[in-house]
Amino acid sequence: MTDWLTPEEWAALRLSLLVAGTGTLASLGPGLGVAYLLARGRFWGKTVLDMLVHLPLVLPPVVTGYLLLLAFGRRGTFGAALAELGIVLSFRWTGAALACAVMGFPLLVRAIRLSIEAVDVRLEQAAGTLGANPLQVFALVTLPLILPGILAGLVLCFAKAMGEFGATITFVSNIPGETQTLPSAIYTLTQVPGGEAGAMRLTLISIAVSMVALVLSELLARGVARRLAA
Amino acid sequence: MSALSVAVEHRQGAFRLDAAFETPGGVTALFGRSGSGKTTLVNLIGGLIRPDRGRIVLDGETLVDTGARRFVPPHRRRIGYVFQDSRLFPHLSVRANLLFGRRLARASDGIGFDDVIDLLGIAPLLGRRPNGLSGGERQRVAIGRALLARPRLLLMDEPLAALDETRKAEILPFLERLRDAARVPIVYVSHALPEVTRLADRMVVLEEGRVVASGPVDAVTARLDVSTLRGARQAGAVLSATVEGHDPAFALTRLATRAGPLDLPLLDRPVGASLRILVSARDITLSLRRPEGTSALNILAGTVAEIGPSADADPMVELRLDCAGASLVARLTRRSLAELALRPGLPVYAAVKSVALLD
Repeated sequence: MTDWLTPEEWAALRLSLLVAGTGTLASLGPGLGVAYLLARGRFWGKTVLDMLVHLPLVLPPVVTGYLLLLAFGRRGTFGAALAELGIVLSFRWTGAALACAVMGFPLLVRAIRLSIEAVDVRLEQAAGTLGANPLQVFALVTLPLILPGILAGLVLCFAKAMGEFGATITFVSNIPGETQTLPSAIYTLTQVPGGEAGAMRLTLISIAVSMVALVLSELLARGVARRLAA
Repeated sequence: MSALSVAVEHRQGAFRLDAAFETPGGVTALFGRSGSGKTTLVNLIGGLIRPDRGRIVLDGETLVDTGARRFVPPHRRRIGYVFQDSRLFPHLSVRANLLFGRRLARASDGIGFDDVIDLLGIAPLLGRRPNGLSGGERQRVAIGRALLARPRLLLMDEPLAALDETRKAEILPFLERLRDAARVPIVYVSHALPEVTRLADRMVVLEEGRVVASGPVDAVTARLDVSTLRGARQAGAVLSATVEGHDPAFALTRLATRAGPLDLPLLDRPVGASLRILVSARDITLSLRRPEGTSALNILAGTVAEIGPSADADPMVELRLDCAGASLVARLTRRSLAELALRPGLPVYAAVKSVALLD
């Protein structure tokens, strides 16, 4: 069944799923925290944090990629420190995952933040009077209620990660088998004579993966909604 | 020692609450019009808001003392709260809602799960989701959920206000059973006097953020100087009574009250049973001498204790009578007041036309 894609094309697909999946999951924890802060927090610098989070959405992706390269490259501020620990991001698939995480972060935070803002604070108060401490209130009441928002955010983030091109190619280049994701592979194929067929195959695969992700999230969200309404 | 003692000052926008009361336990009603500060006061007791100044002590434990910078957060107070809008968790079944607080309290003592289910009649609802329940069912589940968290005090903020009369009538008996069975002190917020007189032992009347009257229900409901009560008193005064005997031949039951004996249409209550009755202010006729040759059965002797304020546009005035230490409220025209020359201290006879049973 593998003969309808070349080994390089298979590698690009596998790598794309790995990079997008890793990036999305890595965004989840910080995304949840930042979304909660933005939805509920009252602190100095909230507007600044909000702007910072949304920056990757409005900056040219190449700029984001270049900033990542400056910060996390071998000689970058964080990159040098991480290299001491044996973690190298530049020109590795982990760097591609980081680029995906950063680019998808605003979408993830936005979806979760909206769902947190929609949670009825009075339910959380009620949980408090029943003996739940703030952590238990979050785990037992807030989290289950924002699950649809989290799912929506994860799908958006994953879809963005699957399509991420500019920041990735700037930060980690376009190395087959290491950092060449679907969009990079499609771009490469369109640049070589006779690559059109391959580009078309990968394009169809990209569309299919995105559709599957969308349908999956829709089904999950419906399941959650049914559970709440029943 | 009082179970609960509250003395708080709190400002919320233009509204100022400055209230203090104590209660030894039982059911204490916070009574007042909407906007009088009742909900703010229970939110302060429950810890949902911090007072600007004040102290709240429950069972000897200081929950709030702004002077000592002490504030126990709601989840460590063990104070149950039944909200007007029930606030059941939509993502949990009725059973999981009920067990929410109980699981967190990690306790098996206190009132049992089955007892609560029984008391509130919610066994058929356990497997359902809150969204499918009627208003009355939701409130019963909310009460059960609060009870099962083993509270030291139960706050109920107008638990019946969102319900229609039929549902109210459906829930009131459960609340009475709860009062008698659960042995948890209850602070019950209401703006409906019939509810208060039926359920509460003591009441605190709030007007514009201040306590204007506080004490046993029968003493407070008979006060004429409290304008909130005057507005709400389609009723009258509450009396505690015990069944003294039955007279099947005339289909009458004789009650003993502090004010004197009263005959009522035959009641299905055993001799010795205690109950509360409401003597409506409109149903009392006053005379200066003991009426003779009258068809009135119930005539109580007393003295005029207090004459209420009157307005030029209102032909009626209220009088408080002292009948052997118990208070009755009578409502009559200002003209009758003048013609009988009624004044405090004057002995009078009150003919009671009818009596309403409260429980």
